[in-house]
Amino acid sequence: MSSVASTKAIPAAGTTPGTVQGPPQRRRIALVPTFALLLGALYCLLPVAWVVVASTKSGRELFSTFTFLPGTGFADNLKDLSAYRDGVYWKWMGNSALYAGLGALLSTAVSAVSGYALAIYRFRGRESVFNILLAGVLMPPVILAVPQYLLLAKVDLTDSYASVLLPLILSPYGVYLARIYAAAAVPTDVVEAGRMDNASEWRIFTRIALPMMIPGLVTVFLFQFVAIWNNFMLPYIMLSDDEKFPITLGLFTLLEQGANTPALYTLVITGALLAVVPLIALFLVIQRFWSLDLLSGAVKS
Amino acid sequence: MPFTSRRRLRQAAATAVAVALGASSLAACGSSDDNEEASSGPVSLTYWTWAPGMDKVADIWNKGPGKKAQIKVTVKKQASGDTLVTKILTAAKAHKAPDLVQAEYQALATLVSNDALADISGEVGGVEKEFAAGIWQQTTLGTDALYAIPQDSAPMAFYYREDLFKKYGLEVPKTWDEFAETAQKLKKKAPDKDLTTFSANDSGLFAGLAQQAGAKWWTVDGDKWKVGIDDAATQKVADFWGGLVKDDVIDNQPMYTPAWNKALNTGKQIAWVSAVWAPGTLTTAAPDTKGKWAMAPLPQWNAGDSATGSWGGSSTAVTNDSKNKAAAAKFASWLNTDPEALAALVKESGIYPAATAAQTGDALAKAPDFFSNQPDFYTAAAEIAKTTAPAAWGPNVNVAYTSFKDAFGKAAKNQSGFGAALTTMQDATVADLEKQGFEVAE
Repeated sequence: MSSVASTKAIPAAGTTPGTVQGPPQRRRIALVPTFALLLGALYCLLPVAWVVVASTKSGRELFSTFTFLPGTGFADNLKDLSAYRDGVYWKWMGNSALYAGLGALLSTAVSAVSGYALAIYRFRGRESVFNILLAGVLMPPVILAVPQYLLLAKVDLTDSYASVLLPLILSPYGVYLARIYAAAAVPTDVVEAGRMDNASEWRIFTRIALPMMIPGLVTVFLFQFVAIWNNFMLPYIMLSDDEKFPITLGLFTLLEQGANTPALYTLVITGALLAVVPLIALFLVIQRFWSLDLLSGAVKS
Repeated sequence: MPFTSRRRLRQAAATAVAVALGASSLAACGSSDDNEEASSGPVSLTYWTWAPGMDKVADIWNKGPGKKAQIKVTVKKQASGDTLVTKILTAAKAHKAPDLVQAEYQALATLVSNDALADISGEVGGVEKEFAAGIWQQTTLGTDALYAIPQDSAPMAFYYREDLFKKYGLEVPKTWDEFAETAQKLKKKAPDKDLTTFSANDSGLFAGLAQQAGAKWWTVDGDKWKVGIDDAATQKVADFWGGLVKDDVIDNQPMYTPAWNKALNTGKQIAWVSAVWAPGTLTTAAPDTKGKWAMAPLPQWNAGDSATGSWGGSSTAVTNDSKNKAAAAKFASWLNTDPEALAALVKESGIYPAATAAQTGDALAKAPDFFSNQPDFYTAAAEIAKTTAPAAWGPNVNVAYTSFKDAFGKAAKNQSGFGAALTTMQDATVADLEKQGFEVAE
């Protein structure tokens, strides 16, 4: 663990305690990784920059002017997007917020409870449950979408908000993370102490363990939120009413309008740009918790 | 799709025969029971479609004829393409498919062989005469059954830049030989320009070209499927385009990319083999070329012939899950044959109607804005539409199309000719049919 902590100290060098550890000659060696990372950042950010620039172009400018030359149509694109089918785009945005917000919240709650249980209690089959969970982590959710559809069809829940929310509540990855985090952050001594004082198990969990797990749970929430926000296959199979579509699905229908009707590129690009704004905002807000989480982990070890 | 394959295996042999012989008496029985049910009270239907503005067309029905017949139709807008076929099949497996679906002609055999579509020949009478024979045959799959009603058709045509053809002294090619000569002539006069491109991304375009040449990719031989993707007609088409690409006479880059848009917009490519819906695509792809294009019939294999293929087009089908098949069939035939409905479809959804009368109707009297220089655009299109060659689709068009993209994509990039690619496509299609449990004739 000490090696992990010291490598972490390099990027953290700018903060406070790391500066003492970082000798100058190590920084010169770090030029290569820094360059590699910069290259990676460029690779990731270039498409985003393209979307930003392209969203300012009118349909006429989109394919005819220089790629990174800003256009003049942003306001019109926004207006057209809002006007499309009486503002159905904003409905999609609202739906995505509902699916991602409520879904991530519920899923974090389930992950917290089950992760805690798997980490703290010793019971028969605990390892088997955990191993099955691990298998679940390896299973891409895409291939579960169709079986889930067939199951929900049996209880007449397809094409409803619940059909998208229900399958997302149990997230193997969330439970896995919560278990790992609970095992590291909640000392058994503390739980034992609670028991000595005659606190009920539920009280120990909510009053003692849960606050200790918060940074980890924020991570779970964030992961789930992003995963649901970007989810495509599950809502695609489940929903047929476009008033219930999340944003991913809505933009897809703008692209695939059949051969007679050209794809609404400018609307899709502007729509895609607006769709990442909430994600960026969420990251900026929650980042605080996240770095806190990494730091506190490093200190403890 | 893996989730349907087991069921298919069990049903495949039986269904292949059913498709072949049109022996759908069971389905017909089922639907006549539903008839009595339907007439007893108000009926509510759901309709999956990707055509924009279809909700407005359905409103006309709901306020007019539908109100009288107590049949209300709710439109649920979908994304088009193969993914929708998968979605319909999944829904059908759970018995949750909507009453009506929009389906491209080449998807009908897939849907029928998975038992998703109902035979509505008993509910729909007398509409056959509204459509060209080559279109109608695609909805019956060559049987006595009827699995859908044609909605839009997409006869192929040759689009070219009138101004640039004049500038370079080119004639509009009447045969494919002339087409090749035109491409070479242009290369000599302006080496940086291309007549057009061969797009390995657009399986539908290649299928349409093969259809024009008289290819029959899927046919039924007794109770077996016969795959003729590498038949003589298709080989001729593949060799022709493969030769042009190999000799660098035309471009080898795919269509529908930003680069392609730019090539059209700047006049780097000066012609496009496309279908009747091209004006819509050109409006967004090449906005600066408005009024500079013209449409002509597709070049022919033999001088004096007149045949064309189709690239796209779709139909309205009734599913087996519908509890009101008669009502659904009634709406489907109204939608695609009633003059008011067709006029609304043209106006709201921008489709090119399959119904022959509507192709010269008032709604299409005026040429599209982008082609204002060719006032008789739709009169010419209607003439071309009449010459559409029959098409023969099978239950795994998607597999053939995917194989086309892979094999032809590689061959186009390497400029190595298309003969081997065509064989690959044939073999992949046959292998998949056999894997699905269909019997395939050699």
